[in-house]
Amino acid sequence: MGWIGETVDSIKSIQIRQVLSQAVSLGMIVTSALIIWKALMCITGSESPVVVVLSGSMEPGFKRGDILFLHMSKDPIRAGEIVVFNVDGREIPIVHRVIKVHERQDTGEVDVLTKGDNNYGDDRLLYAHGQLWLQRHHIMGRAVGFLPYVGWVTIIMTEKPLIKYVLIGALGLLVITSKD
Amino acid sequence: MHSFGYRANSLLTFAVTILAVMCAMASFSDNLNTPSPSSQVEVLSINWFQRQPNGNDEVSMTLNISANLQSMFTWNTKQVFVFLAAEYATPKNSLNQVSLWDGIIPSKEHAKFWIHTTNKYRFTDQGSNLRGKEFNLTLHWHVMPKTGKMFADKIIMTGFRLPEEYR
Repeated sequence: MGWIGETVDSIKSIQIRQVLSQAVSLGMIVTSALIIWKALMCITGSESPVVVVLSGSMEPGFKRGDILFLHMSKDPIRAGEIVVFNVDGREIPIVHRVIKVHERQDTGEVDVLTKGDNNYGDDRLLYAHGQLWLQRHHIMGRAVGFLPYVGWVTIIMTEKPLIKYVLIGALGLLVITSKD
Repeated sequence: MHSFGYRANSLLTFAVTILAVMCAMASFSDNLNTPSPSSQVEVLSINWFQRQPNGNDEVSMTLNISANLQSMFTWNTKQVFVFLAAEYATPKNSLNQVSLWDGIIPSKEHAKFWIHTTNKYRFTDQGSNLRGKEFNLTLHWHVMPKTGKMFADKIIMTGFRLPEEYR
């Protein structure tokens, strides 16, 4: 028996009050994470304020697993900026650098061409078939800040779901069995 | 209270906090550096200049680019991305930026350079406005930090003009 028996006893001995307070504190953790995320969305104006770099197309600047902070302001897009864009028919957004900009005189609309620093050619091959330029609505934000390595946590979690479940299970067990 | 789990937890929290503070300080220290870069660009020759079948003007040129960006490097600098863009206005477009050449400078030793090159990306207009067009060549740079905020700035060089006729 020993350890297992003690654990079972401790689970049995939990009172309803304790269970409730633990549920509340767990809820607080989840909701505060949500609040922080939504607040970031409001401040940065980007629908995903933080992205993880998934490919090596911007090496050696950005490596796989680095985190980028995005900002979406009203400022016009200019050559050299690193933007995150969505192409029609692709689910995963791409982080690349703007190399050409043509801004209309009358409407202020922009045509933008991008390229990955580590890629040989520009991104026309990645765009939807026949698409030559990106427009404003394709662009989700521009990268303003950078934090290395932290994104590996999410890459590992998405690629090895088992680790995610083990981690969640262990945390849950810890919450249930902790005595204070 | 003083179980292994608690000690490990507080140690981890403390370590992550210190790391975050150090990253923030490293990023902040970049503000103390005031770079004084210099650059010079020459258009040596226009190799060819023509109108494509789709009606857009395209030009190929040979450039001589020299720059000294050494003052940009601090201890938090991972690399500097530098590129030269042709910038001009047309009746249709209030701004056209066409990148002609770019490069990645990995360290301070390589930040003083001199390069003789044709344009790496195609210098193509949206339309047929390039004959006799005056344009600026702007050297832009983006400083990528080891961690933290990215910086960007530019040097504008004016007074370049394309030929009046196709060749």
